[in-house]
This record gives sequence, structure tokens and C-alpha cells, in this order.
Amino acid sequence: MSEQALIELTNVAKTYRRGGETLSIFSDLNLTIPAGDFVAVMGPSGSGKTTLLNMLGGLDRPSTGGIMFDGAPIERLSENQLSAWRASNVGFIFQFYNLMPTMSAARNVELPLLLTGLSGRDRRERVRTALEIVGLADRMGHRPKELSGGQQQRVAIARAIVADPKLILADEPTGDLDRVTAQEILEMLQLLNRELGKTIVMVTHDPAAAKYAKRELHLDKGTFEERLT
Amino acid sequence: MTDLGLILSGLGRKSFRTALLAFAIFIAFLIYTVLGAFRVSLETAGDASSETRLAVSNRINFTEPLPLAYLNRIQQVEGVRDASYSMWFGGFFQEERNFLLAFAVEPDSYTRIYSDLNIPEDQRQAFVNSRDGLLVGRQTAERFGWTLGQQIPISSNIWRRRDGSNTWPVVIRAIYDGSDTQGATAVYINYEYFDEARAFANDTVGNFNVQTVSPDVNDTVIRAIDAQFANSRAETETVTEAAFQAAFIDQQGNLGLIILGVTGAAFSTVLLIVGNAMVGAVRERTGEIAVMKTLGFSSGRIGRIVVGETLLLSFIGGGLGLLIGWVLLTGGREVLGGFSPFFGTLRFSPAVLWPALGFMLVLGGVTGLVPAWNAMRVNVITAFRRI
Repeated sequence: MSEQALIELTNVAKTYRRGGETLSIFSDLNLTIPAGDFVAVMGPSGSGKTTLLNMLGGLDRPSTGGIMFDGAPIERLSENQLSAWRASNVGFIFQFYNLMPTMSAARNVELPLLLTGLSGRDRRERVRTALEIVGLADRMGHRPKELSGGQQQRVAIARAIVADPKLILADEPTGDLDRVTAQEILEMLQLLNRELGKTIVMVTHDPAAAKYAKRELHLDKGTFEERLT
Repeated sequence: MTDLGLILSGLGRKSFRTALLAFAIFIAFLIYTVLGAFRVSLETAGDASSETRLAVSNRINFTEPLPLAYLNRIQQVEGVRDASYSMWFGGFFQEERNFLLAFAVEPDSYTRIYSDLNIPEDQRQAFVNSRDGLLVGRQTAERFGWTLGQQIPISSNIWRRRDGSNTWPVVIRAIYDGSDTQGATAVYINYEYFDEARAFANDTVGNFNVQTVSPDVNDTVIRAIDAQFANSRAETETVTEAAFQAAFIDQQGNLGLIILGVTGAAFSTVLLIVGNAMVGAVRERTGEIAVMKTLGFSSGRIGRIVVGETLLLSFIGGGLGLLIGWVLLTGGREVLGGFSPFFGTLRFSPAVLWPALGFMLVLGGVTGLVPAWNAMRVNVITAFRRI
């Protein structure tokens, strides 16, 4: 494993059984993502982009092969161990934001911090900082339905970074936004990568969005093709 | 925010549904509280009975009279320390809705045997020495604003006087406090004063009240008394006072079982309503639960949060039911007492409170089990595919 690698996939295969039939999503996949990288994963529908993202986030397990995160294997961790690992190492950004509708922006952002031992005061401070980073400090008390799509996605980004994870996984983060708002969100991700050193893996269909990453990986027929942006 | 915040947020997701569920639980616990107080009052009605007191009634039925002449023969039975007698008066004050739990008794012996009525001695003497005296329970005296020395008319819906009326004018000579469990609602008039005026059934009594020298001789005394009057026109059935009161309560149609049935039906219904609604509520939140799992919340913690929601709901609804039940039982006791003195003995007691808290815990826990299990089993990947 390379010294600076945050994530290393070795000979990873993923198969599903459906109706007595075994479907192979990919086999023998190898990938190294260094710390501080910003990778856009592209590919046609059904190529396994989201499956890959789920495996990187500990939500799914490879059928064979290994996944190392920061030098430690994660593919054999128990469900509870994976939950704890996600809480401290991974931030997630979804296409449809997935905020809690009954909670204010501040409370949504605070959610991952409930899994830490931080005091209420420290949590409030971190929430304010995260919302300031995404430019929504003045919307702390607003509920998701009181915010625009772009603002909701910014709250989701604040939620993803509030626990200071090393890795941010974004699944089509601009898929539900107009072009101008999408550009703002992508610039924000770039900022997080550049200024805060966050490692970002973003799944997208949009070539224009992929341009914001440092490199593009095209997943097709179970293999990667890499392009520098 | 803490897990309690997450619980409140879950309940607040559909606040109208939450309010309706809490209302259903509230109704069930209100029913439980009021009927529970009835049950406790019924069950404790015999608690004040003395172990050395026996009740002698007609073998056919306790409503059939016995000849007063039996008294001397009962007093002669070995093991009997004291004996008295009483007759159901069926009384009311001014209007029939002002029901009185009234008995005609022989004042001296009756108040000796029932020394636990707690009558000040000077007042007891005044009652004993007065032909038209009335002994009144404090709750009833307070209910009608009666005071010592006051003359009042009490009427009977059973007995008629020879002059055609049904009213006996009496003077309040004594007020008793009773005991904590028995209350102080009955009134007693002098049997002699009652009997000399009544138009029929003279020289008969409803019951003989017997005090034995020791509980150890009760069985012997019971057999001896009933043997005395075997094969007579009015055979007796002697039982301990506790057994007599239990039989009297059973005459009410096994109220305890009815109360248990009604309360059980209310709880079973609420269990199904809340359980079903919470299963639906968790199903609606599958996506949110998947997000929480993605963020790192363990299945166990999510399950605890869901059970926390049903527990909180149960304690909110149940607590309100207890609170309003308490208000009804305490504040409304005086009003209900107007319909029957029995209502005056209704109390919001620990015997109602502690089981209620247990029921809330069970209701919250049981209704939370299935939705919590479903929430714990939410598969993140499958859930996100559905969103």
C-alpha cells in the first residue's frame, strides 16, 4: 500500500444473487485514493458506481477482496464497528439531501455529533462553524422545507463535515439542483478539498460536475479508466 | 440535542397523529383510574372488619328479616362477648337523590361492638341516651352541612310509619370519623325509635352483629348459633363480617370482574391502535432511519429511540389520564357522593397509581417492540433505492 493512500481496494469483486442467478457488478477491482484527493466516479447506469461508494462508506461489503482505510482493513468489521467507524471517518452527501424534515438546520447538522462524546456547548460551537463554512449561519433555526434545494444541500454538506471526517462521499450531489446552484455546491466541495484537505469521492453522471474533481475515474464493465481533469 | 430530542422529533413528525394516539391512551388510563378506584374501594370495603365480628342473617337471603327475639339466645352462646342488631333503613334526606346509607341500630351495643367508628365518648353517650338521636359519618355531615344538635328529617323508601308518612325526625347527637379505609358515610338511628313507629315487620331485624371473645372461637360460635335456629321458621346463616361484606359486594354482580373486563378491553384496544400506528410511523420513516444508520447510529440505538417514542407517548397519555382521573376523584367526590355514599369512599390511591405506572411501561414497551425491530432491520442500501 502506498504511504499516502487513504483508501486502497485490492482485487475487490461484488456479486449479487437474484432469482437464483448470480450477477457480477465488478470483479478484481483495484483502486488507490490518496489522502486529500478529489475523485469523480463516472460511468453508465448499472456500472456499479453507487455500489462502489457504498463499499467505501462501509454500507456494503465486497464479495471478495479487501478494502483498507487509513491502513486498516474495514471489510471484516461487524455492523456495530462499521457504524462507529462511519461516525468518525466518513461524511455523506446525498442527491436528495436526506435531511430530517422535523429538525432545524442546526439540529440536522448536529446529528453526527450525537455519536461523539462532545458536550452540548462544543456541539453547538461546531454546528455554528460548519454552517458558517457553508454560508448558512443565519438559517440555523430553519427547517428543511423552509430552505431552497441548494440551501438544503449546503446543510447536508455541513452535516457531512461537522464531525471532521477524513473522507466525504457524495452521491450525485448536484443531481437535483439547477446549474448555477450546482456550480456553487461543487465550488464548495472544491473548497473543502483544497482548504480543509478533505478526501472526496463523488459519483456523478454530469461531465461538467466531474471537471471540479482532481481526477475522473470511469467505471465500465468492471474496470476503471482514469482521466486527469 | 440528545436522544430525547430525537424521540421528540420522531413524535413531532406527525403531531396530529401523535395527539390522537396520546388521546386514545389518555382515555384508557382515565377509565382505568376511575374504575380502578371503584375496584379498590370495593376490595377494601371489608378491610375494616374486625376478626372477632360475626354477622348473623336469614339463611334464605340477607334481605329477609330475623326475629329480634333471637338476640337473647345468641347472647347465651358460649364464646359470644357482645351482640347487637341492625336493620336496613333505605334512607334519603329530603329528596330521594340524597341517598343515605342508613341503618336502625341498638345504639349502646352497636357502638360498643363497632368501637372503630371513632365516636367521641360524650357524643356516643348522647346518641345512646337519646331516643331520636342520629349518629352520622363525618363525610355525610359535611356533605349536607349538618351540625350537632340539628334536627333533620330522614325518610325511608322502604318503611312506612303508622301515621302514613315515611319520615322520621331525628336530632344529630354524634358524628363519627370512621377509618381511612372505610370512610365515614353511614348514618344510624335508634332502632327502638324506628321500630315503634313503623307500620309493619315490627320486632324484626336485618342482621345480628356478634362479637366473639377471640377469632379462635369463631367457627365454634358460628356452628352454635346456626344450630340454635336450625329447623325454625327463620333459620340463620352466620359468617364472619369480612365474608358477609364480600358476599354483599358479590351481590353487586361481581363488579370487580366487570371492571377488570372493561379496563382490559380498553388497554387491549389501545395496544392494537398504538402498536399498529407506530409500525406505520416507522415505515414512513424508513428513509430517515437509513440516513441515521449511514451517519453511524447503531441499530440498537435506533431501536431504543423508537421504543423511547412509544414509552414517552404512553407516559404522556397515561399521565394525563391519571391526572384527570385524580381531579375527577378528588374534586368531584363531593358531587358524586350525592348519588351514593359509596362514591365518597373513592380515592386515588397508591393501589391505583403503581399498577398504572406499570401498565404505561408495559404498553410503551410492547407497542414499541415491533416498530423498533423493523427499524433495526432497515437495510440502508435497500432503503436508499426506494427513496
